[in-house]
Amino acid sequence: MNIAVCIKQVPATESKIKPAEDGLDIDRTGLSYVVNPYDEFGVEEALKIKEQVGEGKVTVISIGSDKTVEALRTCLAVGADEAIHIKDDALAKGDTYITALVLSVALKKGDYDIIFFGRQAIDDDSGAVGIQVAELMGLPHVAGINKFDLNAEGRTAIANRQIEGASEIVETSLPAIFTCQKELNEPRYASLPGIMKARQKPMTVWSLSDLELTAEDCGAEAAKVAIEKITSPPVREAGKKIEGDVPQAVAELVRLLREEAKVF
Amino acid sequence: MADILVYAEQLKGKIKHVALEALGAATRLAKEGDQVAAVLIGDGLASQVAALTAGGAQKVYLAEDPELRAYSSEAYANIVVDVAKGMNASVILMGATAMGKDLGPKVAAKLASAFVGDCIGLDFQDNGCLVATRPMYAGKIISTVVSRHPEFQVATLRPNVFQASPPDASAEATIEHCSISTDFSSLKAKIKEVVATVASKVELTEAQIIVSGGRGLKAPENFKLIEELAEALGAAVGASRAAVDAGWKPHSYQVGLTGKTVSPLLYIACGISGAIQHQAGMSSAKYIVAINNDPNAPIFKIANYGIVGDLFQVLPILIEEIKKVRVG
Ligand SMILES: Cc1cc2nc3c(=O)[nH]c(=O)nc-3n(C[C@H](O)[C@H](O)[C@H](O)COP(=O)(O)OP(=O)(O)OC[C@H]3O[C@@H](n4cnc5c(N)ncnc54)[C@H](O)[C@@H]3O)c2cc1C
Ligand SMILES: Nc1ncnc2c1ncn2[C@@H]1O[C@H](COP(=O)(O)O)[C@@H](O)[C@H]1O
Repeated sequence: MNIAVCIKQVPATESKIKPAEDGLDIDRTGLSYVVNPYDEFGVEEALKIKEQVGEGKVTVISIGSDKTVEALRTCLAVGADEAIHIKDDALAKGDTYITALVLSVALKKGDYDIIFFGRQAIDDDSGAVGIQVAELMGLPHVAGINKFDLNAEGRTAIANRQIEGASEIVETSLPAIFTCQKELNEPRYASLPGIMKARQKPMTVWSLSDLELTAEDCGAEAAKVAIEKITSPPVREAGKKIEGDVPQAVAELVRLLREEAKVF
Repeated sequence: MADILVYAEQLKGKIKHVALEALGAATRLAKEGDQVAAVLIGDGLASQVAALTAGGAQKVYLAEDPELRAYSSEAYANIVVDVAKGMNASVILMGATAMGKDLGPKVAAKLASAFVGDCIGLDFQDNGCLVATRPMYAGKIISTVVSRHPEFQVATLRPNVFQASPPDASAEATIEHCSISTDFSSLKAKIKEVVATVASKVELTEAQIIVSGGRGLKAPENFKLIEELAEALGAAVGASRAAVDAGWKPHSYQVGLTGKTVSPLLYIACGISGAIQHQAGMSSAKYIVAINNDPNAPIFKIANYGIVGDLFQVLPILIEEIKKVRVG
């Protein structure tokens, strides 16, 4: 069983995020970075499948700057077998389409039965790349899965995905793409021996030319959308705090909701 | 020319409100002479066309087949793409629902087009390029993105943000029945079953009012108070991660960074401290009410109205008061 997981390095969730002065990117000073939490579910599921089947290889793939190596090493330390780091200065201003294009070309070079993505990257919050890679590779996909089962012969899989008020149970032939949602599993932590071993595991670096792509195909000019500016959301002002006698406070709240907010 | 196609999502044969919101947005975006059309996919849906017409669709494309009763990313995307190409639509809008979040990126990839997810604002440049605002970093940043691909642009719209147009019963639309190019037997991924989960009656992400409970409820049976208040308000029920992790409610109830993002008119947080990860999912609510016995709880910093008090005293009285108001 050959499994790939596409992972992205993102600022840690508790980070204070504010726009940089140019208003085009966030201010990255002092930020700490982690593996996108939804991608961790993909890594964990891949490792579980490999353990269950008793053989196989788990490859983690990421597009990013030099720093991205840290995220890939973290995945190797929890048990992935090898890593592919795609880096190229031309890729700095891509959109979901460019990311999907580059990943699809990279993934085609491997012979993967299952490819996991996160439901969304918690920096851009697009939730598009996995689905778009599936389309570009001509593979079926199931998005936002919270349960995954391989059938006995390993030629099809059944995955559950949460929709409004219901759960869809989807069967698909393999190879296929799955984007991972919370509840799928509990990602394991790296052990000390795991961290030591990770250093010896293969880390391949590819540039655009290794993928037979050019800056014209996937540089900033090729992107279908561009960020024009980013701002902080309007700050919410703290409103009225009603203290004291409970029945009076409740009556006052109901009055405000009716007369001021007019919500009912 | 910027003709706009709205994917009109329906559930059990009824048009979702977010589809009408998308039609409203399309109508406002359209300039003189631009066409606003809707595509409706499923089976036995003819009776729903009127709602789309009244909501602003000048033309309705109807794709019906018993095989389309269950959602299929591939089959639905093929239809939307065929219609968009056929009518020369340059913009395709749909709700950022579970289905829209699946269909939007797929359609965009098929058309090699621009994709903008979870929009909270939409506009056009004179050259026909879409300008959208959307939250990033769990709502800590609002970005303005510009499409550079005026030929095809796909956007999903966050529910409850855009206004539906007031229904116009006298409006008329032409109806076109779509021929379906998909060979259903060739589909690789298929829905085997849809299992209803015991969620609140109103869907969280589309609810106008949400009542959420957190660790302050102390025990699962106390969620009864949240449910009663929700019932009285016709609201959906939500939960903090602490309540979900404790096993009091399934993950489908969770609001926040690793749960659902909601934009209701009113969000009532009961026994929820208001951690930054919780705020990530609800801070765009129009009105926030907090009920918490700790006057320093961070939730009060973003709440429009807050009661500092014991929720076990506050909620029973609030439920009674609301019942009086809603009946009277
Ligand atoms: C990566 C990551 C992702 C996360 N994602 C989410 C997410 O999606 N959603 C989410 O909610 N959290 C999320 N969290 C967790 C978040 O940080 C908080 O731990 C969580 O929101 C706390 O839930 P709570 O407010 O119910 O519990 P607490 O923080 O324990 O707050 C309980 C509140 O109840 C009040 N209270 C107690 N008794 C009473 C009473 N009798 N009457 C009135 N008030 C009372 C207390 O004053 C307190 O403010 C995430 C954390 C991380 C690290
Ligand atoms: N730069 C990247 N490198 C590798 N995988 C990525 C990258 N960006 C996004 N992904 C994958 O695509 C998923 C969805 O990302 P997004 O569409 O940006 O929200 C992520 O959870 C990752 O699995």
